[in-house]
Amino acid sequence: MKGQNYIKLEFPSRSSNEAFARAAAAAFASQLDPTMEELGDLRTAVSEAVTNAIVHAYPDSIGKIGVRMRILEGSAVEISVRDWGRGIEDVERAMTPLYTSGGEERSGMGFTIMSSFTDRLRVRSAPGKGTTVTMRKLISPRRP
Amino acid sequence: MEINTSFDAGRLTVYLSGELDHHEARRVMLRIDELLDEYLPRDCALNLAGLRFMDSSGIAVIIRVSRRMQILGGRAWIEDPARQPQRVIDAAGIDRLVPIAMSR
Repeated sequence: MKGQNYIKLEFPSRSSNEAFARAAAAAFASQLDPTMEELGDLRTAVSEAVTNAIVHAYPDSIGKIGVRMRILEGSAVEISVRDWGRGIEDVERAMTPLYTSGGEERSGMGFTIMSSFTDRLRVRSAPGKGTTVTMRKLISPRRP
Repeated sequence: MEINTSFDAGRLTVYLSGELDHHEARRVMLRIDELLDEYLPRDCALNLAGLRFMDSSGIAVIIRVSRRMQILGGRAWIEDPARQPQRVIDAAGIDRLVPIAMSR
């Protein structure tokens, strides 16, 4: 199908924008008529990705976060969360459950939750240049 | 994000409602720390029936309460989690660390 729908958002890395980002993601995905559970999973995954950018990409400053969402053929949604911050030295280690370089209000479970609540998770990062987290979630077609 | 409490026979129940994310986590942790210092409870239940949303920040809150209750020589558990928090708890696998009680 040509001209699949998409949105692009950009906001500063303030923690008050976490709620906005996940609400926007849910509002965009609702055109695929997801179940409450699918919508909850998507909100959670987006919240984790945006929080990671806020906490880790820009630990001592406010930087830019970009969120792009698009509808894929076959009833799926792709979300990428991008930052231009510090980057991740060792992506594999960052994705290990319970590993965190954040403060005590972080549990080290962010990537674990992103990966269990979506169908595909890719992380690209370059130290000093930034990180892009791309997630895909299939939305099951509902029977009438 | 709203925090309500009840205290009865050594048991502190903390009712969390609204949305618990990284933005709210620090305030929630500090408030619960204050409550634990004030009541020095034998048991602490985190009631999540009214919690519409939580992410891994909620996991950090739960683990912290559990550790603090261990130090106090007491027990902590999760009570009546709503559906979305339950899914996050399952994904994180912390039901092995902190028991979940369903009263309904």
